[in-house]
Amino acid sequence: MENYGLINQLAQYLITGITVGSIYAIVGIGFNIIYNATEIINFAQGEFVMLGGLVMVTLVHTVHLPMPLAFLITIAIVTLVGLLMERLAIFPLKETSVMRLVIMTIALSILIKGLAMFVWGKNSFALKPFSGDTPLSLLGASIVPQTLWIIGITVLLVVLLSLFFGRTIIGKAMSACADNLEAASLVGINAQRMVMLSFMLSAGLGAVAGMIITPMALMEYDRGAMLALKGFGACILGGLGNFYGAVVAGILLGLIESYGAGLISSGYKDALALGALLLVLFIKPSGLLGSAEASKLKKF
Amino acid sequence: MLEVTNLKAYYGGIQALKGVNLSIKEGGIVTIIGANGAGKTTLLKSISGLIRSKEGRIVFQDQEITKFLPRQIVSLGIALAPEGRQVFASLSVEDNLNLGAYLYYRRKNRSKIRTLKEEVFELFPVLKERLSQLAGTLSGGEQQMLSIARAMMVRPKLLILDEPSMGLAPLFVLEIFKVLERLNQRGTTILLVEQNARAALRVAQYGYVLETGIVILEGQAHKLLVNEKIKKAYLGD
Ligand SMILES: Nc1ncnc2c1ncn2[C@@H]1O[C@H](COP(=O)(O)OP(=O)(O)OP(=O)(O)O)[C@@H](O)[C@H]1O
Ligand SMILES: [Mg+2]
Repeated sequence: MENYGLINQLAQYLITGITVGSIYAIVGIGFNIIYNATEIINFAQGEFVMLGGLVMVTLVHTVHLPMPLAFLITIAIVTLVGLLMERLAIFPLKETSVMRLVIMTIALSILIKGLAMFVWGKNSFALKPFSGDTPLSLLGASIVPQTLWIIGITVLLVVLLSLFFGRTIIGKAMSACADNLEAASLVGINAQRMVMLSFMLSAGLGAVAGMIITPMALMEYDRGAMLALKGFGACILGGLGNFYGAVVAGILLGLIESYGAGLISSGYKDALALGALLLVLFIKPSGLLGSAEASKLKKF
Repeated sequence: MLEVTNLKAYYGGIQALKGVNLSIKEGGIVTIIGANGAGKTTLLKSISGLIRSKEGRIVFQDQEITKFLPRQIVSLGIALAPEGRQVFASLSVEDNLNLGAYLYYRRKNRSKIRTLKEEVFELFPVLKERLSQLAGTLSGGEQQMLSIARAMMVRPKLLILDEPSMGLAPLFVLEIFKVLERLNQRGTTILLVEQNARAALRVAQYGYVLETGIVILEGQAHKLLVNEKIKKAYLGD
């Protein structure tokens, strides 16, 4: 009986880890998309997630829109924020160094956080789960349906994005801009538009992450920084710029946190995740799936 | 076809071109020779729109393109194969070629892309064997070929090449020059910058000699080949 309880718990931690890790993975991918198109590390990435959650809460619980519609409108609104951010703050500085642009994104994250506090206040908001909250039982662990939404949507996003970057000419053109901006403009690619697109795509992704996590974890105006940090960890751990790396590393971080909190103490979970990150970087500076070749060419 | 008048170009405060005049007629091969740092690359980048800080006039097929962006210029039919293997390193050979035909993708002209690829493979059979290899892992010479092939995928009216033979084995250099002649016979006008002045003047009909940002000499290629001054300075005689 004793053993059975332990296995149950381990299964529970596994599911929690994968769920949280999925969010880190999406945020990590968001970092990578912008990095790949511009070499900018966008520290406002977490604000997209926060906005996604809070806008969704307002649309569902205050405006009373049906969930699917609210979902789409939230994506549209946050994508627009990403677009405005690029047009108003990044594009005008295009002649400057990447480092300055990175600092600009930090400033923007503070600004967006401030605006969010102004609009939503300091409270945490709840969002009703996408399909009820009657737990399902799996491997002896009980799972709330929202968990399945999170994992399912993460998988769907990864598939869609790999099709986009692997199969479409626009996706290839975005990679080409990252590789060699001059050569990209010589074949007729509008590099400015690709940068714009990368910000919109990252913002939209962030919004989705925010909407799917809020029913489980609530959302408040200042959650962005923490999410950005974890997502950035996933992105570095997986190898900066590497798509699948971010997914693997995000889920790994989630698992370390979840098992760390469950088996040792919840006070140590961040330290354990950070420790794992540092350990990997000591052993393999280019990250889990990053290639040493490619990382030589990188600015960060 | 292309008329460059009194072109000046700057890098910050430094003037790299000091009033260049150049004229290219449709159908020929024109070459620009000059020492390192003479401004050859700067001239080609100015024509392609990569260098924004410039004065003077560039006219292509009766249209002034001096202030055009690179993507506008390429869509008019001027393609540059830039100096030094500027391939998309993290993408496959096939993707590099496809991106060369980016404008045809935008126009959804798939059959055109297929024919262009067949033509490129005919000229560079190696590339066909390495379609799925990442461009960054090709040998230097193969990358050079890919860079030229990508510019050919534009199916330009005017193909501009900046030192296509750089880093290639002598046999490959001959190969590249043959490719250029064949392209030219099929109707592509070519502007060629080359360190290998002798080879360039042999394949070209007309030549310019650039020195510290100005054209100091121009004329028919076969006459430049026997010009005493050029023989001494550029042909190593
Ligand atoms: N980005 C730059 N910033 C400042 N100066 C530059 C830059 N690029 C080129 N120059 C200068 O402009 C001048 C012309 O350079 P350019 O590259 O056009 O020469 P080139 O004739 O192509 O030489 P090479 O045969 O070595 O390729 C050189 O003096 C060079 O130092
Ligand atoms: Mg040069």
